[in-house]
Amino acid sequence: MLELFGTSVNLAPIWLTLEVAAITTVVLLLLGTPLAWWMAKMRSSNKVVLEALVALPLVLPPTVLGFYLLIIFNPTGPVTEFLRFFGFEGQLTFSKTGLVIGSVFYSLPFAVQPLMHAFEAIPQRLLDAASTLRASFLDRFFTIVVPLSQRGFLVAATLAFAHTVGEFGVVLMVGGNIPGQTRMVSIDIFDHVESLEYDQAHILSAMMLIFSLCVLMLVYGLNRRFGVKVG
Amino acid sequence: MAAIHVIQGHLKLLLGHFQLDSGEFELPLQGVTVLFGRSGSGKSTLLRAISGLDKQTEGLLRVNGQVWQNGKHSLPTPQRHIGFVFQDAALFPHMSVRQNLLYGLKRLPKAERKAAEADFEGIVTRVGIADKLDRGVNFLSGGERQRVAIARALLMRPKLLCMDEPLSALDWRSKSELLKLIEDVVAEYRIPMLYITHAPAEVERLADRVVFMKDGRIETIETLQEALARPDSPLFDDQGAVSVLHGQPLPSQEGLHPIRLGSDTLWLSEGADTQREQVRARILARDVSIALSDPKDLSVINHLYCEIVELVESAAPRLLVRLQMQDGQKLFAEVTTHSARRLGLQPGQKVYALIKAVSLTE
Repeated sequence: MLELFGTSVNLAPIWLTLEVAAITTVVLLLLGTPLAWWMAKMRSSNKVVLEALVALPLVLPPTVLGFYLLIIFNPTGPVTEFLRFFGFEGQLTFSKTGLVIGSVFYSLPFAVQPLMHAFEAIPQRLLDAASTLRASFLDRFFTIVVPLSQRGFLVAATLAFAHTVGEFGVVLMVGGNIPGQTRMVSIDIFDHVESLEYDQAHILSAMMLIFSLCVLMLVYGLNRRFGVKVG
Repeated sequence: MAAIHVIQGHLKLLLGHFQLDSGEFELPLQGVTVLFGRSGSGKSTLLRAISGLDKQTEGLLRVNGQVWQNGKHSLPTPQRHIGFVFQDAALFPHMSVRQNLLYGLKRLPKAERKAAEADFEGIVTRVGIADKLDRGVNFLSGGERQRVAIARALLMRPKLLCMDEPLSALDWRSKSELLKLIEDVVAEYRIPMLYITHAPAEVERLADRVVFMKDGRIETIETLQEALARPDSPLFDDQGAVSVLHGQPLPSQEGLHPIRLGSDTLWLSEGADTQREQVRARILARDVSIALSDPKDLSVINHLYCEIVELVESAAPRLLVRLQMQDGQKLFAEVTTHSARRLGLQPGQKVYALIKAVSLTE
């Protein structure tokens, strides 16, 4: 609890939001990088299908995505049963895990698309040259691809993080708005407004606004300063 | 494994709508082997297949008897120890010249790395980039970029050096400087080279052997002499028949630069590097006329005594005359059928070849 301008504000939703967004960003970079690489190098026409699938969360109402995730990950569903077989306890929905899973799906295009475009922009000849200089695949990836895709990684991480912070529908469906456990800041603000607690809503909203603005400015500043020129 | 001296096999690679299907081939590699053909004939694709750069390659490839490709199984490129110079140099843009040069060196096994580090100064100086080591590669000219690419490949002590049209993006001055560098590198480091070009002049200057490619297939593999001996050679598509004479450069006299060809001397207006043992002079058949006697009152300096070997029908109304010089080298002359009839030219006849223009293959 924090006292601000004579109003007490519960900061737990903010911390939860930042935590979920941070975990989601890390997961997305780990999963999104190989996926984006695979898509960038794909020559077959199946690429269209994959691109459409990855882009789905951009156009789908978050509630639709949340609904399906709820069905797939429900406590008696096949995915949870499968995990239980390996000793998993607890459940995938209405928990922090559920929030992260939902966010990963929802923010997937924001991580994969910038990475894919960054990878596509790297001339194949550079990788070929590196192989003739005896660099293995992973060696080429970390010494040629990663440094030349810095901007792509920066954009992917920022957008994934910011988009997760700002989501509402999916976390409401999959997380369930349990105070102290799955109540994220966007839902918290909605609740305050619903119960006419405008002071709390004001403070939280202003904090989110300033935070988001600062993050974006930091990123664009870094991008400008360390931006790599390719060509 | 020492330098590669023979590659054989049959390579196939489908890229979009382009199909490489080399056919069975056996290619001895000594000095410079040029892959020649029009754009779209599969030169680059074949070179990429030989280097293992395309995963979809299929077929068989044996190098010095060792299998590099069998069906879909292939030896990964890093283990092939091939040096590659790409059309646009393919330098790593986020690294300095020095970092580009050291990239491969760092990945060599320790013993080889020591040796390569010892070569560093020599190669960098030889290639002419010693003063540019700390520059970013984006600040280099096209010619400088190719020099760095050549040094980067040489430092790895490759068993085979592949060059894919390394001169195509350069202006004529850089082209001629770089050609000279490539010639010197071949002579000094004795690395067999596979060189792609569609410019006959580069073939005539560099090649020891020529692989002619058409529509994704290897058509023929010939020595340069064989390729230049047949009047229908694809090398002649551009400027008609060409002869390449090998001679020894002599010190200049009266502003002219003589080249010794057996007992004959060929006089050039441009100078060759007299340090070299041998240079190649390029003569277009259409610049060679024929006289039955040695004319004294003529501005043309080069009169060579020759014997007619054969008369070859060419695009009418022209005729190609194959001549043999006193030192055994062959020379093409192009005359009209009308003149041939008027002079009564026939095989075995002794004539004088009047050469209007000679250029060094530069």
